[in-house]
Amino acid sequence: MTDISAAPASGSHRGSLLVQDELTRKRNAAETRFRLYGIVAISIAMLALAALLISIFSAGMPAFRQTFVTIPIELPADKLDKSGTRDSAVMAKVTTVGYAKVINEALAAALAAKGISTDGMTEKQIAGLLSPEAPAQLRNYVLANPAVVGTSLPEFELLANGRVDGFFKGRVTMESAKLDSNITPEQLQVAQKMTDAGLMGKRFNWAFITAPDASDQRPEAAGLGVAILGSLYMMIVVLVLSLPIGVAAAVYLEEFAVKNFWTDLIEVNIANLAAVPSIVFGILGLAVFINFAGLPQSAPIVGGLVLTLMTLPRIIIPARAALKAVPPSIRDAALGVGASKVQSVFHHVLPLAAPGILTGMIIGLAQALGETAPLLLIGMVAFVRDYPGGLPGGLFDPATALPVQVYSWTTRGDPGFVERASGAIIVLLVFLLIMNAVAIVLRRRFERRW
Amino acid sequence: MSTGLISLIVLGLAAVGFVLGRNRAIRDAGGDTRVLHSLPFFHGLVVFLATAVPAFLVLILWLIVQPMIVNSRVSGMIPADVAPDAAAQTLALSDVRRISGGLDAAIDQDKITPDELEAMTTDATDVRALLGTVGVALGSDVNPAVFEAAKAYRKLDATGAIGRTIAVLAAALLGFGIAFPRINRDFRARNASERFITVTLFAASTVAVLTTVGIILSLVFETFHFFTLYPALDFFLGTVWNPQFRGGSELGILPLLWGTLYVSFIALLVAVPVGLLSAIYLSEYASRRVRTVVKPLIEILAGIPTIVYGLFALITVGPILRDYFAQPLNLGNSSSSVMTAGIVMGIMVIPFVSSLSDDIINAVPQSLRDGSLGLGATPSETIRKVVLPAALPGVVGAILLAASRAIGETMIVVMGAGAAAKLSLNPFEAMTTITVKIVSQLTGDTEFASPETLVAFALGLTLFVVTLGLNILALYIVRKYREQYE
Repeated sequence: MTDISAAPASGSHRGSLLVQDELTRKRNAAETRFRLYGIVAISIAMLALAALLISIFSAGMPAFRQTFVTIPIELPADKLDKSGTRDSAVMAKVTTVGYAKVINEALAAALAAKGISTDGMTEKQIAGLLSPEAPAQLRNYVLANPAVVGTSLPEFELLANGRVDGFFKGRVTMESAKLDSNITPEQLQVAQKMTDAGLMGKRFNWAFITAPDASDQRPEAAGLGVAILGSLYMMIVVLVLSLPIGVAAAVYLEEFAVKNFWTDLIEVNIANLAAVPSIVFGILGLAVFINFAGLPQSAPIVGGLVLTLMTLPRIIIPARAALKAVPPSIRDAALGVGASKVQSVFHHVLPLAAPGILTGMIIGLAQALGETAPLLLIGMVAFVRDYPGGLPGGLFDPATALPVQVYSWTTRGDPGFVERASGAIIVLLVFLLIMNAVAIVLRRRFERRW
Repeated sequence: MSTGLISLIVLGLAAVGFVLGRNRAIRDAGGDTRVLHSLPFFHGLVVFLATAVPAFLVLILWLIVQPMIVNSRVSGMIPADVAPDAAAQTLALSDVRRISGGLDAAIDQDKITPDELEAMTTDATDVRALLGTVGVALGSDVNPAVFEAAKAYRKLDATGAIGRTIAVLAAALLGFGIAFPRINRDFRARNASERFITVTLFAASTVAVLTTVGIILSLVFETFHFFTLYPALDFFLGTVWNPQFRGGSELGILPLLWGTLYVSFIALLVAVPVGLLSAIYLSEYASRRVRTVVKPLIEILAGIPTIVYGLFALITVGPILRDYFAQPLNLGNSSSSVMTAGIVMGIMVIPFVSSLSDDIINAVPQSLRDGSLGLGATPSETIRKVVLPAALPGVVGAILLAASRAIGETMIVVMGAGAAAKLSLNPFEAMTTITVKIVSQLTGDTEFASPETLVAFALGLTLFVVTLGLNILALYIVRKYREQYE
C-alpha cells in the first residue's frame, strides 16, 4: 500500500501529492490574493463609511453645546423705559444699542466683583467677549416680560462670542488668536478666568434646534428652527400629494391597466424619471411653478411640489412591488363571491399591500428630506429669519430647508459655521434614522410571506 | 367669498346630495334594498360625485384663468412711460397687486370707506403714507396711472370673486340636478361610480408623463430661446466659459463637460473596483453572517443624503488631499479639486455598483460554476474565467448606471470641485461641472432674458439628454442580459 504513494517512475506528474508543485502553489496563492482583494474592497467601503460618520459627528457634536456668560444684570428704568408705562410697544423704541450699554455695565461690574482684572483691554474688547447677539437676547426678554424693568436679574444667560466659544471647543487657540482680528489672547485669558470664577460655562443649547438663522458675524446664535419648520412643511406637502397620487398610479398600473401603447409609455416614463438627476427637477420647478404659475420663491409649497414630482416614481415602484406580492388567489376569491374589480382591489388587495406601500412611502420621504440641489434653484437658499406662519398660509411664506441650511452655512466665512453645518447634518441624519427605523419596524412587523 | 368657504359649501351640498340620493334609492325600492341594482351607498356616491367634481373643476379652472384675464386687462392700463419693457411691466404689476392688497387692508381696518376710495386720487391724498399705516411699505410715491390700475384691479378682482362663487355653486347644483332624478332602482350606480374611480386612477398615473413633458418643454423652450441669443455652435464647441453680466460672455460647454467627465471618471475609478470586488466577495465567498451585516452597511452609503458627502468633501477629504498630496507634490494648493469631488463621489456610487453587480452575479446559473469547479478550477479562477465573462454585459450596464448617477450629481461637486472652468489634466486643480454651473447661473437674482441665465437651461438639457441616454442604454443591456439566462 505504501508503495502507491511513492512517486511513479514515469508520467507527466512528478513529485508527491502531499507536496504542492509550483503551479498549484501559484494557483492557490492567486486564490488567496483574490479573496484578499474582496476583503480589502469591503474594508475600504466600511472605512469610508466610518470616516464619513466620524468626521461629521466629531465636527458637529460641539454645536449642541454652547458657551454662555451668566451675570447679574441691573435693568435701570430710566434707560429702558423712560415713559414708565411698561408698555412693550413704547419700550420697543429702545434699540439694541441701549441694551448693549446696560449689558456692558453689568459685565464690568460682574468682572470687578469676581476680582478679574481687565487692565490693558479696551471697553470694546471686554464687550467683545459677548456675542453681538447678546443685546438682542436681553431686549427680547425684557420686551416679553416688561415687569422686570427697574429690578435686577440675579442670573441672566448671554451668548458668548463665537471665538470665545471656539476657544473652549478647541477651535481657537492662543496662537490663532494672535493672528485673528476678531479676538485677542488677552480676551481669551479673561474668558478662562471667567470660567474659573463660574461666570462662563457650556451647556446644552436648545436654541441651536429652535432658533432661526443668524447673520454672517454671529455663528453662535444661528439655529435650525426655520429650516426644520420649512422641511416639515415640505414633507407635509409631499406626503399629502404623493401618497394618494402614487398609490392611485400604482394601483392603476398593476391592477387595471391593459397592455397598450399608453401604459407602456407611462411605465417607461416612471422608470426614467427615477433616474433623472435631481437638479433637473429644480429647473422644472423654476420654469413651471415660479416663472409660469407665479408661485413665490423660497416657499415650502414650491419645494414640496418639486420634491413630490421627484419622489413619485420612487414611491410608485415599491408600491407596485407590494401590490404584485399579493397573491392572485385573494383577487380570485373576492371576485368569486361577487365583488366587482374595484371592490376586490380596494377591500382586499390594497389593505394587504398597505404595509409594503407605507414602507416605500417612508423611504421615499426620507430621500426627499435629504434632497438639496433642486431646492437651491427655487430660492430656498435665501437668508430667512422669520418663521413661516401656520398652515396652510405658511406654505407660501419664505422658508429654508435642513439640507439647504447646511449648504448656506458652508458658504459663509466664519469658521464657526462649519461646526453649525455639521451639527445640522447630525439633526438631519437623526431624522433620517428615525424614518428608516420606522420603515424597517413596519416591514418586520407586518410583512407577510405568501 | 373665499376659496376655502366655497369648497366647504360645495362639500356640504355634496354630502346632502349623498344622503338624498341614498334615501331616494331606498324609497324607490320600497325599503327592500335587495331589489336595487347597486347598494344604496353607490347611489349616494353618484350624487355626491356629480355635485362635487364639476364644481371643483370649475373652481380650479376659474382660479387659473381669472388672474390671467385681470392681469392682461390691468397691464393695458399702465402707460408705456411707466413700464417701457417686459421687466418693468412685471414690476409695475406687482406694485399694482401690493397697492390693491393694501387698499383692501385699509378698508378692512376702517381707515377709508369704499366711497372715499372711489373718489381718491394720488394728487389729493398721500397714498403711500396711507398704505404705510396698514403695513404695506412702498419704495416710492405712487404713480397716478398705477394707482388707477390698482383700483381697477381691486374692482375686477371683486367682480371675479362674485362670478366665481356663482359659477361654482351653479355647477354644483347643475350636477346635482342631473344626477338626482336619474336615481331609481335599476340605475347602475356602482358601474357609474367605479368608472369614475378608474378614470381617477388613470389620471394619477399620467402625472409621470406630464412631469416628463413638463421637463422637456421647459428645457427645450428656454434652450431654444437661449440659442436665439447665443449661437448654438459656439455653445457646443466653445472652449472658454466666461459669463459676464454686462454682456459679451463666452459660454462654451467644453470646459464644463471636461470637468464633469473627469470627476465622474475618477469616481468610477474608485467605485468600480471597490463595488465590484465587494459584490464578488459577498456573493461568492462571504458566509451568511457576514453578508447580513455587511450588505446593509454598504446600502447605508446609498441612503446618506448627498449634502453629507458634500460636507465630508469640504471639511475632511479636501484639506487632507491638499496637505498630504497636492502641496508636497507641488500640484496645487486648492482644497477643492477634481480629486476631492471624484473620490467622495466614488464612495457615494459604491453601493450602486455593488448592489447591481450583486444581483447580476447571482443571476449567473449555478450550473456554470459547478461545471468549472468540477473541472478542477479554483473558486477565483471560476469567478474570473466563467462567472465574470458571463455577467459582463450586466456589469457594464451597472457601471453605466453608476456613471449616469455621477454625471448628474450636484451637491458633492458644488462643495468639492470648485467653480473655475478649466481644461486641465491636473486632478488636484479645481475644476467645475455642468451641474455646478446650473446652480450658480440660476441662484440669486436672475433675469430671465439674458443668455447668462438661459444658458443654464441649455446645460440642463444637455445633462438630461446625456443621463437619459446612458440610462436607456444601461437598462437595455441589463434587460438583454437577464433574458439570456431566463
